[in-house]
Amino acid sequence: MTMRALLAIVIKDLKLHVGNRRALILTVAVPIAIASFFGSIFGGQSGKTKTSGVPVQVADLDHSEISREIITNLANDTSLKLTEVDEHSAREAVRLGKVAVAVILPKNFGEEAARGFFRANAKPGLIVLHDPSRNIEASMVGGILTEHVIQAVSRNVFSPVSGQKFVRSALTDIDQRSGLSADDARVLRSLLTNVDEWMGRVQTNYALDSNSATGGLSVPFSVVDEESALASKQDGEGYNGYAHSFGGMSMQFVLMASIEWGLSILLERQRGLWRRLRSAPVSRGTLLAGRALSSSIIALGTLAICWAFSMVVFHVQISGSWPGFIACNVALAIFAASLGLFIAALGRTPEATRGIAIFVILILVMLGGAWVPAFIFPEWLQKITMLIPTRWAMDGFDAMTWRGLGFSAVVAPVAILLGYAAACAVLAHRCFRWEAD
Amino acid sequence: MNETMLEVRQLRKAYGPLVAVQDVSFSVGRGECLGLLGPNGAGKTTTLSMLSGLLTPDSGQVLIQGRALAGDTDPLKDKLGLVPQDIALYEDLSAQDNLNFFGALYNLDGATLRPRIAEALGIVGLSDRVTDKVKTFSGGMKRRLNLAAALLHQPDLLLLDEPTVGVDPQSRNAIFGNIEALRTQGKTILYTTHYLEEVERLCSRVVIIDHGKIIVDDTISRLKQRAGQSDLLKIDLATAGNSEWLPSLRQLPGVRSANLAGVELSVELDDLAGVTPPVLLLLKQHGQNIVHLSAQRPTLESIFLTHTGHQLRDS
Repeated sequence: MTMRALLAIVIKDLKLHVGNRRALILTVAVPIAIASFFGSIFGGQSGKTKTSGVPVQVADLDHSEISREIITNLANDTSLKLTEVDEHSAREAVRLGKVAVAVILPKNFGEEAARGFFRANAKPGLIVLHDPSRNIEASMVGGILTEHVIQAVSRNVFSPVSGQKFVRSALTDIDQRSGLSADDARVLRSLLTNVDEWMGRVQTNYALDSNSATGGLSVPFSVVDEESALASKQDGEGYNGYAHSFGGMSMQFVLMASIEWGLSILLERQRGLWRRLRSAPVSRGTLLAGRALSSSIIALGTLAICWAFSMVVFHVQISGSWPGFIACNVALAIFAASLGLFIAALGRTPEATRGIAIFVILILVMLGGAWVPAFIFPEWLQKITMLIPTRWAMDGFDAMTWRGLGFSAVVAPVAILLGYAAACAVLAHRCFRWEAD
Repeated sequence: MNETMLEVRQLRKAYGPLVAVQDVSFSVGRGECLGLLGPNGAGKTTTLSMLSGLLTPDSGQVLIQGRALAGDTDPLKDKLGLVPQDIALYEDLSAQDNLNFFGALYNLDGATLRPRIAEALGIVGLSDRVTDKVKTFSGGMKRRLNLAAALLHQPDLLLLDEPTVGVDPQSRNAIFGNIEALRTQGKTILYTTHYLEEVERLCSRVVIIDHGKIIVDDTISRLKQRAGQSDLLKIDLATAGNSEWLPSLRQLPGVRSANLAGVELSVELDDLAGVTPPVLLLLKQHGQNIVHLSAQRPTLESIFLTHTGHQLRDS
């Protein structure tokens, strides 16, 4: 292998790349723009990105103390963006897809819900309308709604002021309840009588009015949200959605660039340049290695610029190992360069090759988790993606950025990427149609 | 013949059932300019590809100064300079960057390469465009730069694959001038074309190839003689008058025949350049005024037809 020829190929390719503004824009500016967009919708910077609440509309047909309290609690919940409307408007909003969920509190809901606390039957219906295409939001709203309804109803039922009438009503109902044994009825009557007496004493002793009602049932625990990225916590930074999106998008565009590198070889062959190159005393290995080296440098430059942008603008941090992060980028760059050679080896004409190559790259990128994290995939698909080099590249980037893992976490991704790169290079050397014009 | 620079022995190349080159043998002496002539698809480029090591022949041998090429990196390749039929240049690079690159492929370092680039650009008349990008060049300039790129390593044998395709007459003349200059320097040249006049101007010998086989290998003058064809001089006289001078004209050395039809005189000559002056002098001596004069030379079509019995397909 002639070192001078190798360097000449690299310098020539770099000059051509830098001189081609379109290629520069395509390989740097576009991935930055798309990664910025994806990063913002996939969480952005932890703790710094304010997420908007789920839009919910509510129609109150009850106008009771309990229904008003439920609506007040829902309105104060930061996870929701509540609007109070009439029933028709609520139904239309869901039907037209303007909101994911609408809640209708029917007439007498408060009264019947409070009575339902002491009875197995006769519970009132709470109408929840939801857009079938937005089940995740509907489930989330359902959970929040349950919490606030129980809290409001129980607060009223167990309040010494407002709850006394519900206790007395339950006392009168004991004799009418079927299936209750005489002993059970006696004990229950005793319990409710004592509660009724206690409520009366509280009202007398503390001179409470209806506005003094406090308490009620609430969720008996609070969630302590602790992120797993230990290093990030030390730095005061949490999960950063831009880390994943920049890793994914820069990988996608580096692999897209590999198509162009492959096609440029086919174009050179079409234009007779390879005849001239091959007439020189230069080995085939040198010709391919030169292209692989220049492509790797260009890929690495693209990755470096994208990551630098993400670090400066979106504060993406390498919370894990810097050497591991660099190794992962180098391995991906080499893999992309070898893939370009492989495309050139298999392709016959640039026109015929471009379409199939783009399709394959998009599949690789998608299954690699560059668009959305791979954990969203079904379990069987996640197993398949373990065979795909892009999945390993993404795992490596995630490990070195927001997960904050050590160098050992990229050993497998780097080894697998380099293994695929070697396979592509060997196949390219063997399959390249050297004698074709 | 001088020392043999290139010897081709019974080359054969087939692509599946299609035999592109069959039993091709010829040789080129040092300093000789050989024209490899044939219609498109005759097998010229395939032959040239095998000579330059781009294609491996199915059988046969290519010897350069008596030695066969041994692999891609054989230093013997330094003796070859291939000018491909396509413009094999990087359009987005300058002339200098292109030549730097192609020179480096022949392991030329910067100190050696700089004067070589200046020399090569001087030969093809592009010294003033050295820093300009190739895409700003005209078609003819690109062709000349294409030639210059093959000269950097100072090869002894130049393989020119239809180097004037698609250029205007002025650029074609410039390229002819470049090649003549190289021939004067003692370069051995193998020139493929499907234009007889190019071969006539540049080469002393021609190999005609068709359907992958060599049909003729001879000097151009002998080729014409064998074809029984001659140059034709057509003269329109001012008046018909008498034709007493016609027998004298037929007696002139180099005149094969002369016929007068009204005022139109047709004269077949062995050598257009050599015999035309005495013909014109004789007419003047006999008081014949010339209104119009034109010359016709044998075309590739006619010679090809003579040797193959069929027309050139698409020249």
